[in-house]
Amino acid sequence: MAEKRHRKMVVSEEAAVRIRQCQSALEPYMSQETVERHWGRHHREHLNSLNTHIAGSELNEMPLEEIVLASYNKGDYLPVFTHAAQTWNHDFFWQSMKPGGGGRPSGILLQLIERDFGSFELFLKEFKTAALTQFGSGWVWLTYKSNRLDVGNAVNPCPSAEDNKLVVAKTPNAINPLVWDYSPLLAIDVWEHAYYLDYENQRAEYISVFMDKLVSWDFVSSRLAMAFARDEERARKDASNSEEDDLVLADSAAREMFLDSDDDGAETE
Amino acid sequence: MALRASAARKTLGNWFRVGKSMAVGGLGHRQARGLQTFSLPDLPYDYGALEPAISAEIMQLHHQKHHQTYITNYNKALEQLDEAVNKGETAKVVHLQSAIKFNGGGHVNHSIFWKNLKPIAEGGGEPPHSALGWAIDQNFGSLETLIQKINAEGAALQGSGWVWLALDKEAKKLRVETTANQDPLITKGTNFIPLLGIDVWEHAYYLQYKNVRPDYLKNIWNVINWKYAIEVYGNEVA
Repeated sequence: MAEKRHRKMVVSEEAAVRIRQCQSALEPYMSQETVERHWGRHHREHLNSLNTHIAGSELNEMPLEEIVLASYNKGDYLPVFTHAAQTWNHDFFWQSMKPGGGGRPSGILLQLIERDFGSFELFLKEFKTAALTQFGSGWVWLTYKSNRLDVGNAVNPCPSAEDNKLVVAKTPNAINPLVWDYSPLLAIDVWEHAYYLDYENQRAEYISVFMDKLVSWDFVSSRLAMAFARDEERARKDASNSEEDDLVLADSAAREMFLDSDDDGAETE
Repeated sequence: MALRASAARKTLGNWFRVGKSMAVGGLGHRQARGLQTFSLPDLPYDYGALEPAISAEIMQLHHQKHHQTYITNYNKALEQLDEAVNKGETAKVVHLQSAIKFNGGGHVNHSIFWKNLKPIAEGGGEPPHSALGWAIDQNFGSLETLIQKINAEGAALQGSGWVWLALDKEAKKLRVETTANQDPLITKGTNFIPLLGIDVWEHAYYLQYKNVRPDYLKNIWNVINWKYAIEVYGNEVA
């Protein structure tokens, strides 16, 4: 148990090590002071609160993403949700940037951006507008939407490949797109603490600089690959489940026949 | 069908005119092209007058930039609303509600906030006596307990928002309430009258207090203008 808890620290410590090595590496676009505060205080305090909350509970045994989903509790969220989600969100945010970032995406990512937004420029416009118009604290994401609905006892409606697409999403406070079963690809933190020391009330300038100078398209591409892999894995599971279902069906049909014949026998006795 | 649409337009138009003529009071406003617009109210003290509780830099940005932006965007939204109402574009009218709530709320809240503050030399932080002081003791036990409650709820508020000392004029009780983002207190019910509102958006304290919101909440009591709260309370319960 202690080992597992330590492992969770490591999830964030990996990002922490990167950040510690380069707290000034995002200068002049994001100051060392901002990174020290944001990573060293805000992020760390969420991580510490998370660890305090989950100590000794069954959540302690789960990976961070599962804690986020379990504590989201289908919208009726538990107190630990804020800390779990904000720990995850900040990890993701730090990875969304790199020194010498910005520029244009490439490969399949660019193709999908052009397919789903019309052009890279139109995507930028939509993303920046979303980040500027998120009322209050929150996050703005580029996500790959290939979600499944959780419909309990019904057969899960299976979206076709054409339903899967890139989507820009805004989330308030600690919420993230994991709770909708979307795959996050890129995050910008639009809580005021993310930019206030450097840009004061000029959120638009922070957003522009983030997209022009900081965003790590390598990371976004790697997350897109993970999203594809998740879809493939799910498709594989679906295929094997439907085989299993067929078997179960065949088996229960056989049992029914057996019971029927048994009953028939009872009646004739 | 055309008749009904025009009747609806007329009703909405009338409602809007009534709304305009009723919108008078302490908030800066003026008429332009027949449409009411709002302007930034002056502060009754200098930007540096609340130091050391709140720095001059914060006050200036908060007033000149943040409050001004809410007003600018509120005016913009009102203009669009006027146009949409006149054209009978109900979907557009509905769409504008979130911008009106956010920016109009920002204007309402900040207009109250500036009046809730006062330099120490002018009586800021002086505890309330009179009817309000007595009501605080009745409702919360003591002023200390009330302050602790407001600080605790303000610190626990997730994201951006406000913490209020409210008068519930139906129950005739004082309450501590919080609202998210720029939701004004009235979103919690028309029975609530704001006596005191504290801004817990990060822009209200970050340059000075950074991530330590509880310190901001602790220090702001040194510059709270209880006279304003006493006056509002007196007018409501009289």
